[in-house]
Amino acid sequence: MKALKTFPNGGVHPPENKLTAACRIETLPPPESVIIPVAQHPGAPAIPTVKRGDKVLTGQLIAKAAGYFSANIHSSFSGTVSKIDSALDISGYKQTSIFITISGDEWIPETDRSNDLITEIKNTPEEIIQKIQDAGIVGLGGAAFPTHIKLKVPADKKCSLLIINGAECEPYLTSDHRLMLEKGSEIIIGTRIMMKALGVNRAIIAIENNKPDAISLLEELVKGDDDITVQPLKVKYPQGGEKQLIKAITGREVPSGGLPVDVGVVVQNAGTAFAVYEAVQKNKPLIERVVTVSGKSLKRPGNYMARIGTPVSSLIDAGGGLPEDAVKVIGGGPMMGKAISNLQVPVVKGMSGIVVFANGESGRIPYGQCIRCSKCIRVCPMNLEPYLLMTLAEKNLFERMEDEMVTDCMECGSCSYTCPAYRPLLDYIRLGKTTVLKMIREKNMK
Amino acid sequence: MNRLLKVSNSPHIHAKDSTKKLMYNVIIALIPALIAAIYYFGWGAIIVTLISVLSCVIFEYLIQKYLIRGPVTITDGSAIVTGLLLAFNVPSNLPVLLIIIGALVAIGIGKMSFGGLGNNPFNPALVARVFLLISFPVQMTTWPVPSGFRTENTDAIVETAIASRRNEQSQLQATGDTDIVTGATKAIEQPQQQSKKYTDAVTGATPLGLLKQGLRSGKNVSQIMEQVPSHMQMFYGYKGGSMGEVAALALLIGFVYLLIKKVITWHIPVAIIGSVVIFTTILWLVNPEKNADPLFHILTGGILLGAIFMATDYVTSPMMPAAMILYGIGIGVITVLIRVFGAYPEGVSFAILIMNAFVPLMNAYIKPKRFGEEVKHGKG
Repeated sequence: MKALKTFPNGGVHPPENKLTAACRIETLPPPESVIIPVAQHPGAPAIPTVKRGDKVLTGQLIAKAAGYFSANIHSSFSGTVSKIDSALDISGYKQTSIFITISGDEWIPETDRSNDLITEIKNTPEEIIQKIQDAGIVGLGGAAFPTHIKLKVPADKKCSLLIINGAECEPYLTSDHRLMLEKGSEIIIGTRIMMKALGVNRAIIAIENNKPDAISLLEELVKGDDDITVQPLKVKYPQGGEKQLIKAITGREVPSGGLPVDVGVVVQNAGTAFAVYEAVQKNKPLIERVVTVSGKSLKRPGNYMARIGTPVSSLIDAGGGLPEDAVKVIGGGPMMGKAISNLQVPVVKGMSGIVVFANGESGRIPYGQCIRCSKCIRVCPMNLEPYLLMTLAEKNLFERMEDEMVTDCMECGSCSYTCPAYRPLLDYIRLGKTTVLKMIREKNMK
Repeated sequence: MNRLLKVSNSPHIHAKDSTKKLMYNVIIALIPALIAAIYYFGWGAIIVTLISVLSCVIFEYLIQKYLIRGPVTITDGSAIVTGLLLAFNVPSNLPVLLIIIGALVAIGIGKMSFGGLGNNPFNPALVARVFLLISFPVQMTTWPVPSGFRTENTDAIVETAIASRRNEQSQLQATGDTDIVTGATKAIEQPQQQSKKYTDAVTGATPLGLLKQGLRSGKNVSQIMEQVPSHMQMFYGYKGGSMGEVAALALLIGFVYLLIKKVITWHIPVAIIGSVVIFTTILWLVNPEKNADPLFHILTGGILLGAIFMATDYVTSPMMPAAMILYGIGIGVITVLIRVFGAYPEGVSFAILIMNAFVPLMNAYIKPKRFGEEVKHGKG
């Protein structure tokens, strides 16, 4: 095995708890209805193209991207649009969603639903990007940034390397791990497709070495090719962060406020590579994803191929039902995921897992004074000073927070995780970051 | 589904680390030195430690409960640490009243007056020690000789100490030295061995005191070295001094524990000890007749206790490694300056307090290099 790489500064090592690493991906039985939010990406919400009473097929476009950072939304089952209304999503806010009563699973005719592996890439780079955009693919690692935008390299920049992110550094989550094991060949082809779209001849698949089976399988699959290599990484959170991953692999630092392409790199998630394969080779839009359902008190933790819009409660039922002692359900991993307030919220494109916590496994503890132990500075992967940022936010000194580069914070939570006084550092940093970003926007408008 | 779920921001898990655990780890790291202190100074060490820790905790409780009327946080262990460190920084025969005054100064003035844990600019135990040293110089520089619980074996050591004391006193009378450093010797006109009270322990000067006096009285270093314990004896702790600082070996065990438990990093202790070694080596090489060797300086006085336990106090030390090294060098250099050129034979406490004052400045100006910062600056 190759020498392990990792990023040099900061990071923590929470207990991995990958309970579902050996659970094969199972297909979830269809629910009675799905609720599909029109905003599953950071940009403007997509505009519904269907209306109440319309019959839709699986994979049919039901909301069209509205603006540059937006993405298409497709129906995940065939059935009838029962209403278009606001519904609670994972963030806890209500937003426009399309409700579909399921009648079956009849697909749009252009999708190839066979299991044949299609290796040959016939499309031109432009066609590939168009197909990815049409399929509504967004980054499946969690941030849900539209994939086609990342594949369009600006004219003044040059990209020389594609990194496939298989780090999966969040505790509990195993969706990328299982996908790499079960759909390894498809991920490699997906990688080749994106290389062609980007015009690069070099790709590195980065995997943390707590997944030795995935590393050896993918190494086997790319044997003899010198354009794609597999790079094992030392286990460290937040290695799956784009900037940390680039630093770990290339040693280059993405400039503050810049993009990976500024240092000639594009990063895509392993799950995204699979979705790209399906979209380009099989004409299949993004209507399902692998979701890890985990938790120590859960009866049957597992990995499920879940259609977008499936209520979280169906996944928990598949996992054996909500345990008696459950107090918190998290959409995503325990470090960056969101606590879910209502189990009827739907699975969205960016949701890689559902983690159920029993009492005592998670929860806030009254916090004490900062004793300036400097642990937060040491674990911050962006080399910020979380203790200082919190104090500034408490005192409403937002201009100073801007000088202290609060906008570089990616909210990985390492500081709050580590703080021995249990100070809610990230809560205050978020407050500061949001306020500073608003200030910057207002300044730019003037 | 009518179950209520908890909702909060990420992260949803926490490292199993807490202020309490850090403090109790410091207490565990101080145990070897405490055992050594009890071994060398017997009942005195036990009494001083108990009174100091108890009064620190009680004062913190009383102040938080009745003066501040806020939450009482005595269980976090920080008052125990302050109490232990205060005890370690005084002679083992210090009268009870003085210990209680020291505890009041440490907790009341050193810590609570600034807002409690996390807000005090100066190390509370050192504030108290320096307060006591200046206010009660005689009692604070009357060092019991290490005689433990007084067995026949230790009697021999005591005998030698008494003999050397008498010898020294007669010499001092001859030179007529009246400087503060001799307060120690003045206090023990008549060494007694048979007394029952711990405050009446047989006393003797510290090696650093002997060095200072000896140089004043015109002796050279090699002559003085005949009177002080060997380096090996000093390493184990057979020397006069504050009760917690004598046993170098025990302090180093505590240091290793703190490093293993990642309570502290190596930067501050290594910077202090390193700068003391470099500075004293230069002086020693320039004039070995007037300056003691570097190992003597490391093994005597409060260098190890200060470097490992006092200067590394989170609240009063800098946060960045570069600043920690600067801070450590400052402490090392000031300590040697006081020891070699100052009036006091020992200067670690003053050095740490002086450098404590620079910590906010260092925290404000010595900052981590942000991720991606250099590239940005290179472009702009």
